[in-house]
Amino acid sequence: MSTCSVSKGCFVFKPDSKKRKISSAAEYFSKGNNDAEDSGLRFDTCQSLWKEIKCETEQIQEDLNKKLFHNLLDFLRKSHLDFKQKKTEWASRMKSNEIPTAAVVLGVNVTDHDLTFKRLTEVFQNDVTPFVVSLKSKECPGIKNLLQKLMIQLMGCPVDMDSSDEEESSKISPNRIRYSVTSLTKWYRNVTKKADTETPCKKRIFSSKHCESPPVVVIFKNIESFSSKVLQDFITISSHCIREFPLVLIFGIATSPMIIHKLLPHSVSSLLCIELFQSLSCKEHLSKVIDKLLLTSQFPFKLSEKVLQVLINIFLYHDFSVQNFIKGFQLSLLEHFYSQPLSVLCCEIYKAKKRVDSLSHNQCENIRRLSSFRRFVESEVSNKQTILLTDDEGLKETVYALLQDLHTYHENYFPVLRCLHAFTSSLPKYPLGKQIRELYCACLEKKVWETEEYESAIQLVRMMATDELVDILEKCVEILKSSPAAHLGNSLEKIEEYLSQLKHPEEINEDQETSISSLKELQKKTDLYHLQKTLLEMKESRRLKKLTKFEMLRFEIVDFVDSLVKNYLVPVEMQTLHEVMYFSAANTLRERLNAPPRVALHNALNNPYFYLKNESLKSEAGSISNTAPDICIAYKLHLECGRLINLVDWLEAFSTVVKAADNTDSSVKDRIDDITHARFIRAVSELELLGFIKPTKQKTDHVARLTWGSC
Amino acid sequence: MPVFKHPEYPEETLVQLESLVPCRESQVSTLLSIFGERHHFSFPSLFIYGHTSSGKTYVMQTLLKTLKLPHVFVNCIECFTSRLLLEEILQQLQHLSTKEEDPPLVSCDTFNDFIRLFKQTTMIPDLQNQTIYVILDNAEQLRKFEANILPGFLRLQELTDRNVTVVLLSEIVWELLRPNTGCLEPSPLYFPDYSIGHLQKILSHDHPPEYSFDFYAAYINILLGVFYPVCRDLKELRHLAALNFSKYCEPVVQGEANERDTRRLWKNIESHLKKAMQTVYLREISSSQWERLQQDDGEPGHLKGLSAHAHVELPYYSRFLLIAAYLASYNPARTDKRFFVKHHGKIRKMNFQKKHEKTTNHLLGPKPFPLDRMLAILYSIVDSRVAPTANIFSQITSLVTLQLLTLVGHDDQLNGPRYKCNVSLDFIRAISRTVNFDIIKYLYDFL
Repeated sequence: MSTCSVSKGCFVFKPDSKKRKISSAAEYFSKGNNDAEDSGLRFDTCQSLWKEIKCETEQIQEDLNKKLFHNLLDFLRKSHLDFKQKKTEWASRMKSNEIPTAAVVLGVNVTDHDLTFKRLTEVFQNDVTPFVVSLKSKECPGIKNLLQKLMIQLMGCPVDMDSSDEEESSKISPNRIRYSVTSLTKWYRNVTKKADTETPCKKRIFSSKHCESPPVVVIFKNIESFSSKVLQDFITISSHCIREFPLVLIFGIATSPMIIHKLLPHSVSSLLCIELFQSLSCKEHLSKVIDKLLLTSQFPFKLSEKVLQVLINIFLYHDFSVQNFIKGFQLSLLEHFYSQPLSVLCCEIYKAKKRVDSLSHNQCENIRRLSSFRRFVESEVSNKQTILLTDDEGLKETVYALLQDLHTYHENYFPVLRCLHAFTSSLPKYPLGKQIRELYCACLEKKVWETEEYESAIQLVRMMATDELVDILEKCVEILKSSPAAHLGNSLEKIEEYLSQLKHPEEINEDQETSISSLKELQKKTDLYHLQKTLLEMKESRRLKKLTKFEMLRFEIVDFVDSLVKNYLVPVEMQTLHEVMYFSAANTLRERLNAPPRVALHNALNNPYFYLKNESLKSEAGSISNTAPDICIAYKLHLECGRLINLVDWLEAFSTVVKAADNTDSSVKDRIDDITHARFIRAVSELELLGFIKPTKQKTDHVARLTWGSC
Repeated sequence: MPVFKHPEYPEETLVQLESLVPCRESQVSTLLSIFGERHHFSFPSLFIYGHTSSGKTYVMQTLLKTLKLPHVFVNCIECFTSRLLLEEILQQLQHLSTKEEDPPLVSCDTFNDFIRLFKQTTMIPDLQNQTIYVILDNAEQLRKFEANILPGFLRLQELTDRNVTVVLLSEIVWELLRPNTGCLEPSPLYFPDYSIGHLQKILSHDHPPEYSFDFYAAYINILLGVFYPVCRDLKELRHLAALNFSKYCEPVVQGEANERDTRRLWKNIESHLKKAMQTVYLREISSSQWERLQQDDGEPGHLKGLSAHAHVELPYYSRFLLIAAYLASYNPARTDKRFFVKHHGKIRKMNFQKKHEKTTNHLLGPKPFPLDRMLAILYSIVDSRVAPTANIFSQITSLVTLQLLTLVGHDDQLNGPRYKCNVSLDFIRAISRTVNFDIIKYLYDFL
């Protein structure tokens, strides 16, 4: 490193941390990998793909929150309309001064709230007021801390005062500011006065969008965890000066708005003017995310059925957090590009040609090793087989063609899937699932048309009424029109044709006339034999003729849908080269995202070879080897005990195990030397630290066991 | 004939004072006689107590302002530490003595400093030859402060050697406030609740300018008829009166009735007020929403109150965790075997006999239970196998942050944490319905 200084001295060079960080991620990506083929390119693809996906998810979030934010903004604007106006009007003089409060119900996934509130803060700051403060319960154990946090955040708000003021304010160290509402009011008066009196060029502090006396918004994240005392105090105090200090409270609620009544007594809640706002349920949010990320041919990266199932299960069973779902998606993306060398081909189709051409010989071998590709080769004629297996150039051509096929497959897959969903989503009892994600999973798993559920769903579709069918077909037309797939052949026209036939059912009545005429014939005949004969005939004909024109049409439609499904919803495993695009290591993902710590701990202590990979530790189940670490020995011995463990017995057993392989001299064996004793004590205290045992007063020289079973 | 008589103050001030404090005449005249003339030494400390909105603060403020007595008014909730309290008093004192708008900050940490600074600030003759009043509103908060603060204030006259009177305003009686170590007893003064007649008089006192006094008084009469049984808070009543007055006037404005047509007006307003009692008064819907409803003339039916949104959507395992916690909280531990072990045989009979001893655990409230018990119940009530993953444990923690469970006595994590279930029977029944679990079958109380 060099400086431009002419004098000698010590110079501090700050490392360029940002640059190093990026390179290290890329380096790690290539270094830690066994299959280093094209790792740089893979890393770049992965990054750019993730960036796109992230943009998309943020866009989704924004769209979903739009309505909520709009309502909140409206509320905020209205909240202090009459502030600063003279309070001469009778009604406003008589009414007590309530603090406008928005109770925003956001759902139980508390971690997701942060993002929403961050966005909300931005929206508020852009449109209404620069003074937005958000408080967490952890920061506010007492009213003092709350006011402190409030003031620090307010004073640091983007109301940048003039340089002279800054000096002045910096002179007052934070310790000297008195954390009281009086000083807050004073501060507010100063800030707004300045904005009023200053020359126009300085007026930009409050941009034109902000109103003259912008309200101060205080956001309480997760109101449930705030202590009731702090809230009560804060509300009582601030209600005294609401006339001079236009405060607006926002309560972030995770459970239900009832919590407000639980936290605040009537004397305090009567100081609030609470309005309720509700955000979209997280399940709908998830459906939107899946719809935009997975059920589209826009992104080449796809999840296999098992992986998707893992992610959805974590969402539904454990956390309801869309952010976690997206994180899981990101992890699988990273894992895919990291572990699958052929993922370099996982890109948009227009880039694929170049990438295929530049594949190395090793990569070609990788392709040949893919099981789906092997299957494909076997189905070819023999001379084609030799080309594919020996000639790299020939292989590349085929691979490109296959990739194109895969692309078309996806383009057709999703519109057809949506059409099928349009049919199945309105059936009674939802044999194929109510949500499209359930249908998607079913289709990914196996040939959907071979399942019982599909069979019963089709049966139900066969019984649909005209108007239902018309509705669904109209939906299908819309889906097909909006999809980019040009390969679905004439299905669009066909559906439209069906639709027009359904809408003009004039000719359907013919059959009834014939049956009526036969009835008339029946009345004429009096002969018993003939009567019997005609009745039989009629019965026969009724069975056959039951199909009116409408029913025929309905059958035709169902058959058509069935053929669409059979043609286009083939499970992805049947497609050649699906490994390139689909991430299927569900187990890795489950281990990372839904980790069982106690199982891992038990594994480590019970079978140290599992983690240490030391050959000498290998032992058959049940036996205790003396080569294992002390804590493992102690752990295994304690598994055999009851609720209370006698320390002396335990020590005896421990020393027996430890000395098992040493000399067999029994006199030495009986005595426990100091070192063994010390090792035992250390192992026991380590177990206590891990929470397996604890000291007890029930019996002397005993410890109590805290865990049961193997996990 | 003026009610108040005092040689010190001019007649018109006293008359003005009388008009400002309706229904509190006797208390005010007591106070006036206690205060005496400006330069007289008064009681060292007064203790004024009475229920919420019985006019304590208002009367004190009006009295001191109208008679222009030097005073310092501090709210003890607002000044939540002793330091803030003392500094606030000193600052207001400085304002009194120097008449500056923004006196500089004084730093004062202990009561000793306070006495010294108090003496310094009140040196000027203007303050020395008349009584200074220090009013501490919400004085019950003083219990939270250091032990020497309250006795110190009670003896402030003696300690500072100045003509000063401390007035404590509180909602609780002196016996609850008195420190154990003893102190100078203040002179107590009780402010009784306003009677319905008082409320009527005070509320109809400030009628809107465009309507006559009688018209408004009739309205207040109806209002009190509805709300008096549930609410005697003057502030709240005034708020409600202002909120609903426009609805009352409606027939008059539209020309359907005249101001004297009381019966018709009553018919129009009564049901409306009753609705208000169930919604606005309980803060189920906000007053601004109520006003908007009135303007649009809509029914409040479509606007649901806060309590209507009681449903909470929880992840699948969280629901079962909550159910398990509920069962652990309300079932005696010895009955677990009967509910969760397949071949329980004899235990049922024994239980049946014991049942007569204790009727219901639901009347006693939730009992704490160890984590292990909850997990054991969880494993037995969920159909599929549940892996004890990190997610399950973090779900328990998030249930605690959502206040659906409470951690009891969190001294030692190793000792096995104990929890209590916080939710109601209705809530847990709604939850168990969503997972097709018949919770009633598993509750000992409903056996």
